[in-house]
Amino acid sequence: MTESNGASSRHGSARPNGTALGTVRICDFTGQLAGAGATKWLAAFGAEVIRIEDPTNQGQWDVLRSMPPFVDDCRGPDFGGGFNNHNVEKRGIALNLRTDRGKEILTEIIAKSDVVSENFAAGVLDKWGFGWDRLRQIREDMIYVSNCGFGHTGPYAKYKTWGPIVQAMSGLTFTSGLPDHEPAGWGYSYMDHTGGMYMALAILFALIHKQRTGEGQWVDLSCTEAGLSLNGPAILDYTVNGRPSRREGRPEGNRSASPPMAPHGIYACDGEDDWVSIACRDDADWAKLADRIGEPWAKDAQWRTLEGRLAAQDELDERITSWTRSRDKFEVQRNFIADGVPSAAVQKPPERVDHDPGTEEFGLWPFVEHAKMGRVRVDGLPAHFSKTDWKIERGGPCVGQHTDEVLAELLGYDADELARLHEEGVV
Amino acid sequence: MSALNGTRIVELANERVAWAGKLMGDMGADVVLVEPPGGETSRGHAPFAEDAPEESLYFWHYNTSKRSVVLDLDHAPAREAFLALIATADVLIESEAPGRLAALGLDYADLVKTKPDLVHVSMTPFGRATARKDEPATDLTLLAGGGPVWSCGYDDHSLPPIRGGGNQGYQTGCHYAVMSALTAIFHHGVTGEGQFIDVSMHAAANVTTEMASYYYLIEQQTVIRQTGRHAMPMMTMPVQIECADGRYATTGMPPRTPAGFGDLYDWLERLGLTAELPEAIFLDTARRRESIGFADIGVDDEVTAAFAAARDALALIARSSTADAFFNGAQEIGITVGAILSPEEAFDDPHFVARGFPVEVDHPERDEPVRYPGAPYQLPASPWQISRRAPQLGEHGEEIFAPLGIDARAVAEAP
Repeated sequence: MTESNGASSRHGSARPNGTALGTVRICDFTGQLAGAGATKWLAAFGAEVIRIEDPTNQGQWDVLRSMPPFVDDCRGPDFGGGFNNHNVEKRGIALNLRTDRGKEILTEIIAKSDVVSENFAAGVLDKWGFGWDRLRQIREDMIYVSNCGFGHTGPYAKYKTWGPIVQAMSGLTFTSGLPDHEPAGWGYSYMDHTGGMYMALAILFALIHKQRTGEGQWVDLSCTEAGLSLNGPAILDYTVNGRPSRREGRPEGNRSASPPMAPHGIYACDGEDDWVSIACRDDADWAKLADRIGEPWAKDAQWRTLEGRLAAQDELDERITSWTRSRDKFEVQRNFIADGVPSAAVQKPPERVDHDPGTEEFGLWPFVEHAKMGRVRVDGLPAHFSKTDWKIERGGPCVGQHTDEVLAELLGYDADELARLHEEGVV
Repeated sequence: MSALNGTRIVELANERVAWAGKLMGDMGADVVLVEPPGGETSRGHAPFAEDAPEESLYFWHYNTSKRSVVLDLDHAPAREAFLALIATADVLIESEAPGRLAALGLDYADLVKTKPDLVHVSMTPFGRATARKDEPATDLTLLAGGGPVWSCGYDDHSLPPIRGGGNQGYQTGCHYAVMSALTAIFHHGVTGEGQFIDVSMHAAANVTTEMASYYYLIEQQTVIRQTGRHAMPMMTMPVQIECADGRYATTGMPPRTPAGFGDLYDWLERLGLTAELPEAIFLDTARRRESIGFADIGVDDEVTAAFAAARDALALIARSSTADAFFNGAQEIGITVGAILSPEEAFDDPHFVARGFPVEVDHPERDEPVRYPGAPYQLPASPWQISRRAPQLGEHGEEIFAPLGIDARAVAEAP
């Protein structure tokens, strides 16, 4: 028997509200960036995202809840800066799933949700009694998206990951670095961000499929596989030509073999750890660079052709550095951009957040109102829609902040029932 | 059937946006790649099949599941053909320089006259409407100016910060472009309404830097790059170890439970390495504790010693093992570490092979199919699939334009 909610349609179970995804309700167990980043996008475009958290450990299955940075050094599970950043516009309820009553309430919420999303290690939700078979029994058209490092099948299904492990195992760490050095890797969890994007994509594809056919499904997402697909040309070079990336002269550091460009690099400038990037796309770019540099060596015929520049890249990079070293990185950027040559200062966070029209005019750093942290700036989204744009105004939920509200509005619980649930430690 | 079957996407060829078209084509969309005479520039990007410069593997990878037509948009009949094509489409995705489409009379305001409910996704380096919109950019300069590069590199700051490989700046922009397109397609399914979407690749890079942005937004702190690990406001301990086979491993997280410390001790003993690490005794002591956590480091001497011993033990084992043996051995006892694999090593790894990640794609011109990276997500009811190899230039002009009453050859090049 299906316990589905008769009010739902192929578009979802929530009432249309003029936003892009307003008809969609998501029962969300995600945490950290790899999961929470996915539902952040959906919530900002109007989906009703209800985070389910465990009151007995203050929602600590998402470790970011109490991790720095902190506003005014206030600490605790409601003060994690990263958590707030990734969970704006969501509501949060605290539900004790160790109790039968808690499981009943979760069942009621799932019955009214179009999507169940999680990024636990494989098998965790199943252990609680909410594996795919149960979810599908609660709702025939359920969309269930699980996101873990290695996916739910295969020899490594039980192994655990976090961003840097996913990057290591997918080839992404290897391809970031200088030749003859150890890997530099990624100085942040690129694959938590990107894994979250693939999770959002998977949810959206599944929502569109359901909108068109009425059919739900379980999407098994392995972040590492998503990462593996991000070095495609290198993999085809291997499968077609038998040429591995683990070879002399690779990885290419800041140089570019495909397409071949030179100079193409990051050069030291005047100042403390200040650098500028320059990408010379062709001989016409070189002519402009040489004019701007204006030193006699730059006029040498050997540099006029791509072939000549590629043949002596070490020398060319040294000469460029000797010119940039005494200059301000933004001055170099400004001049080359004026000449039509791609160049950008390596921007430090304060520079790109507070002094860059490319982000400021885009409205990229919205303020949200957080119940305990107050007014906080967060990452916005890099796309603007002409009719149904995103909205990021509400901060991430405190533990259990919306329990009563959600149970009353969504499930029709009255004040007495809610009081009893609090007393019994269910919520 | 897949999720986007029946959805036609017109992609104005540009290497920046190719990944977005592929992601939707591999999920069933009918992606029509509109190329200029002579073809998209990336048809000339290395590497090449058998090193023959007419078969770019770069182009092959980014353009699976697409069909190609040629239109010289500087030429009026081709612009009319483009409009006729748009009338049959659901989505346009492009990365033209701001102003170019308007100059051709082919921008959103023009296109909605023939296709009122069009979803038009524009993805440009700095968005359509910021003061920086006309600046030239490449993957390198986008990642440098947008934040990712600042966080990547080495402990040795006399070395430059590093751009991660594989055109990740373009790809990140494309991920957001596809999330945008799908969000708008879903909305169209509810209301029948289309819209214009302005994606900025610079903005995409800026909000894809994890702590670098929010440490500054919240505490006004600037993170510092460090070898193979998170950039943080302070320097942290190294995590990468060169293994016995010359490959590197990343040692990740220490054990989290008393039993975990005990398992690590036992592993060390099985490998006969206990004698090389006198501090291993602290692991054996830790296993008898009731609990152990980071919070007691520096507070409880026994805990401090146990965590230090765990670090040293993992480093010792990594140095004495192959990267694979280290990875599997540690993961088997619940310690989260990784082997730093090259793309081809990852592609051939038994786990991904068992999950069916490598897929074969038929190339009618070749004797054998070619193995490609497979599904980034597994949607059983609407499966990911490469429906065809990347198109040859203009390969599908006739089959696409004939039903519209247009002579494909006449619009491919200016007279």
